[in-house]
Amino acid sequence: MARITAGVASSHIPALGVASDLDKTAEPYWAPAFAGYEWTKRWEEEQKPDVVILVYNDHATAFDMKIIPTFAIGCAEEYQPADEGWGPRPVPVVKGHPDLAWHIAQSCILDEFDLTIINEMEVDHGLTVPLTMMFGKPAAWPCRVIPVAVNVVTYPPPSGNRCWALGEAIARAVASFPEDLNVQIWGTGGMSHQLQGERAGLINREWDNHFLDRLEGSTQELRHIPHIEYLRETGSEGIEMVMWLVMRGALGATTRTLHRHYHVPASNTAVGHIVLEPVGE
Amino acid sequence: MSGPQDIHDYLAAFDDIPGTRVFTAKRARQGYHLNQFAMSLIKAENRERWKAGERAYLDEWPMSEDQRQAVLARDYNPLLDLGGNIYFMAKIFSTDGQSFLQAVSTMSGMSLEDYSAMMIAGGRSPEGQRSIRDKR
Repeated sequence: MARITAGVASSHIPALGVASDLDKTAEPYWAPAFAGYEWTKRWEEEQKPDVVILVYNDHATAFDMKIIPTFAIGCAEEYQPADEGWGPRPVPVVKGHPDLAWHIAQSCILDEFDLTIINEMEVDHGLTVPLTMMFGKPAAWPCRVIPVAVNVVTYPPPSGNRCWALGEAIARAVASFPEDLNVQIWGTGGMSHQLQGERAGLINREWDNHFLDRLEGSTQELRHIPHIEYLRETGSEGIEMVMWLVMRGALGATTRTLHRHYHVPASNTAVGHIVLEPVGE
Repeated sequence: MSGPQDIHDYLAAFDDIPGTRVFTAKRARQGYHLNQFAMSLIKAENRERWKAGERAYLDEWPMSEDQRQAVLARDYNPLLDLGGNIYFMAKIFSTDGQSFLQAVSTMSGMSLEDYSAMMIAGGRSPEGQRSIRDKR
């Protein structure tokens, strides 16, 4: 049977992708942000996941204002890196896992999560930057990827509680997939940042670290944080952290932290990263 | 957050956050064509046409004159007031060759140098930036 063996969360700041693409990661500005991913790169080489369920948000790339799905799952064979306005990133094509993706879609819909199914799309930095941070610059990505896109652009996004519950439903779906697969789930985006208005540049180190603390263990405190708290405390784009809760929800009752990293800044944003494993129930 | 929540209370709270425009349905409706125009710049051939004549390109979209003028002026806070969303506006400044750091600094009222220095020093503190009403 397929099983979720670990959860990973990471910021998906586009400038990190640019720094990697232009081989600037050793420069003094970027080195501390990337250093916190070295442990994870080695760990991923040992773990060799077959599939990563990658929870992210599209940034006006695959979805414009015509259609705004709250939760959508990619069921395609592959996804090309998108041109977001400065040309596509020079990274490998992302290979999907249609069998598991369709299984999750069907299972979740029966489980009362009415996911939108995507059969063709391009993927932006929200999906490709985390792959870069965890795998570096390989000729091909070392695993299959199932994109799960969450609307955090047009309000209201889904509640943290709903995201957590989606993670629980995804975990149930994975557990009923007959093939023996090592599956990880990643939650991306955040941490505190505001990309707009006179309050731009807001960073809340204390709040971010409180959030990281509470991803570990059996507390469910995070699922009840209202949107207004993310907005006030972590900037208008800090709301992306609800996507980390899909990952956390999928890991079950209790988690243990394997690795953790926090650095300010990368561009306008606080870099946060954590690796969790489920603790047997 | 479990159970129904009053949408009016939910939306009203957003106006209490200093220096912030939350992208609500009201803004999404007002800015629909502005955002779709910006989205069109995701295609290289459209970027070429845009660079060749911004005004003519804008005239193809049913936007307000205020929106068109703010686009031409790259005046991003007014664009947000007129219904623009930052990820859509990013297509405009990316086409200009600007990074998020450069474009976002223009909204902060600070020079790029001062804004960058603030970020390297740990970013803008949330103290006094959480609530207009409660001054916290």
